Amino acid sequence: MKRDLSQKLAILSDAAKYDASCASSGGQRRDSRDGKGLGSSGGTGICHAYAPDGRCISLLKILMTNFCIYDCAYCINRVSSQVERARFSVDEVVSLTVEFYRRNYIEGLFLSSGIIRSPDDTMADMVRIAKTLRERENFRGYIHLKTIPDAAPELIEQAGLYADRLSINVELPTEAGMTQLAPEKSARGIRKAMADVRVQREASREVTHTGKRKAKFAPAGQSTQMIVGADGADDAAILGNASNLYGNYGLSRVYYSAFSPIPDASKMLPLIRPPLLREHRLYQADWLLRFYGFEVGEIAGDGMLDLEVDPKTAWALQHRESFPVDVNRAGREMLLRVPGFGAKTVSRILDARRHGAVRYEHLVTMGAVMKHAKAFISTPGWSPRGLTDDAALRSRFVKPPEQLSLF
Amino acid sequence: MRAVVLPRLGTVAAWRKEARELAQHGVPAETVTWRVGDGEADLFAAPPAPLDGPTREIRLPREAVSGLQTALCHSDPERFARGYAVLLALSEGRLRWGDRADPAMRKTLEQEKSVRRDIHKMHAFVRFRELPPQEGRRAFGAWFEPEHHIVEAGTPFFAKRFGDMDWVIATPELTAHFIDGALSFTETEAESRPPEDATEALWRTYYTNIFNPARLMVKAMQSEMPKKYWKNLPEADLIPGLIRGAQGRAAEMQARMPTEPPKRREAVARMLPQPEQAAAGSLEELHQQAEACTRCPLHGPATQVVFGEGPPDAALMIVGEQPGDREDLVGRPFVGPAGQLFDEEAEKAGLDRRQVYVTNAVKHFKFAPRGKRRIHSKPDAGEVTACRWWLDLERERVKPKLIVAMGATACLSITGSGANLLKRRGQFETAPDGTPVFVTVHPSYILRLPEEAKAAERQRFCDDLKTALASLA
Repeated sequence: MKRDLSQKLAILSDAAKYDASCASSGGQRRDSRDGKGLGSSGGTGICHAYAPDGRCISLLKILMTNFCIYDCAYCINRVSSQVERARFSVDEVVSLTVEFYRRNYIEGLFLSSGIIRSPDDTMADMVRIAKTLRERENFRGYIHLKTIPDAAPELIEQAGLYADRLSINVELPTEAGMTQLAPEKSARGIRKAMADVRVQREASREVTHTGKRKAKFAPAGQSTQMIVGADGADDAAILGNASNLYGNYGLSRVYYSAFSPIPDASKMLPLIRPPLLREHRLYQADWLLRFYGFEVGEIAGDGMLDLEVDPKTAWALQHRESFPVDVNRAGREMLLRVPGFGAKTVSRILDARRHGAVRYEHLVTMGAVMKHAKAFISTPGWSPRGLTDDAALRSRFVKPPEQLSLF
Repeated sequence: MRAVVLPRLGTVAAWRKEARELAQHGVPAETVTWRVGDGEADLFAAPPAPLDGPTREIRLPREAVSGLQTALCHSDPERFARGYAVLLALSEGRLRWGDRADPAMRKTLEQEKSVRRDIHKMHAFVRFRELPPQEGRRAFGAWFEPEHHIVEAGTPFFAKRFGDMDWVIATPELTAHFIDGALSFTETEAESRPPEDATEALWRTYYTNIFNPARLMVKAMQSEMPKKYWKNLPEADLIPGLIRGAQGRAAEMQARMPTEPPKRREAVARMLPQPEQAAAGSLEELHQQAEACTRCPLHGPATQVVFGEGPPDAALMIVGEQPGDREDLVGRPFVGPAGQLFDEEAEKAGLDRRQVYVTNAVKHFKFAPRGKRRIHSKPDAGEVTACRWWLDLERERVKPKLIVAMGATACLSITGSGANLLKRRGQFETAPDGTPVFVTVHPSYILRLPEEAKAAERQRFCDDLKTALASLA
């Protein structure tokens, strides 16, 4: 039975929705003001729509095909699943991308694929799509290619020249989980591929002795995704792995994806409602690692993050000896550790401090969340007194327990 | 009272011109009224007296100018008067741009933010529909209802993005036209929504299928895509149906019994490429085995094992400390800065790297993360002992006539002691199994020396290599 474009799109976008990544920001600045091409990119990304699952739709996120020779238990497209299969031709993907883009539905293309025949064949087809978009259609929007682990380095090299971002999913936070749930993939192979991308990105930034710049390689960097809750890994292991990936391979983002039940699931997996709150806490912790100067050991000390309060407040509650912080004297590092102060608020405080004392009411206008911050700071016009050491302080941040209704 | 009437097109530019002139003459903010429209002056306003008298220079920080211009796109009718008051206060040094303690400034900043958001949402939610083409270029049209007066500020983005097509964006107030690469604006005469377009059905298909019913979060969606924008979004009328069906679909997925894998699975399994097995007893076989090594915790954070390389019958074996950042990424020994120094000195000493077997005492990179960098840390005795397993196997296979141990860690691994390196350097010792060992420093030691000491130390290192080479002849 031959499927039409609409049916294929339905199958292949359904198969792609488990990839959380949708960023379209950063990378090379391009536009088409010269009238010879289509699209622009660089700067902040734009979310063109939101699905009722709260996730943004920024890119046309599809699979080239959902046929796959691998048997990863958590994946809807694994070889042993009964889902319907389909495959796009190169021209179909190109025309969908361009037509959607012209109507301002999307920022670009996020192309992933099941592995058909061999990793090299699959990667070559994906590179052909990116190449056609760039060279035949003069497409200057955003392209994100999912690289296939174990594909030949020459193919990855070409992919990096056409795409803004490359990504490989590490999928499971531990090697043991990987062997159990994704027997054909290897954690080591994935890490090697990330190392290759980093090496090539660094090489492309070097200027030759004649002063010539090399072609940009994946200017928006590389990212990855970890599935949360499919294996037994705790938050400390997940965050430890993430911080290792940020440090080792200069990743732009690590996405955490709460494992959600898939149609026709494998028996090996927990089919429960996805742990969305845990996923949210992991993102908060990720931000603390990257922008707030926290270390993994500090926030995920005993394995799991606190689900009731956010990781920063949890840290502050456990380290009350460091508080209250004097808003007018403390350094940036310490201000960043105050619950309720974001990076922007801290910059505003430091800026305003040069022109006079910062008072309690100023903090409100600077965007600080005083409900969280007030127990941990002192400033002219405000002292928390016993509040900082109050045994009941935690209960101010936790949702009150609910009396079950009798009727 | 002085009344200023600003045009509907080019409002902000006109305000800027008027405000600059008034401020140059020091006209107080409370004596000016501002509004947008045609002719018709304020009932109580005096006919504007010509401005004369001494003028002063008005200088504002660049961010203040752009911030004010953005804030003036807001729909608040008070914005012009407030903007002028802020401008005066800024230019007289009574106010600092960004000082949120000042109510007028705070309001201006809030409005700036709100306008920025509205512009961003315009970039996101304008939906083009294709119109009949005119002379080669494809033509598209859209109807959009912004919250603020952002058409002039928001549309240059579309000119940059859709440079190769003609388009029209109509809003209740202004219409932007982009024809043959030129952007122009007119006042809108009537509401005009372009007719439906075939690609919209595909977009709706995509929207329906990219949604994951197991993760329903309606609030998160509505905070970013408020209902006020829905009426011009072709996908929005799908939302209620998707929400209603979500729980049922998720429950069905959970309840469904796992199915048997299709037949093709076994056929595919037979097709899967099998990893190549290296010949038994070869160095490649050792390398493959070492890749799975978990004898010490260093394998965890490192990328890969960095095994030795060189001819399996080399007479000379060079042993370093451990791979560095570069080696860890590339997977080959001595390719980082220390490796380059080694290569340069080896060449001077007449040593061909392709003829020697180069390896490390520890095969995984040990490091401490420091922000985005990885700082080398020295392997401890336990790790050296754990990895000696592999070094011993390499020595067994290669059977070198001489081993050059570079640095304390290599000495520790081969001779059993890493102490007093600088006293021992340049001398021949004997490994427990009788192989002669020549001791020298590690090239990274030379890299860490102060600039003036480097040249002499490089020479000594080169001489050491020559001595080692001479003993083989």
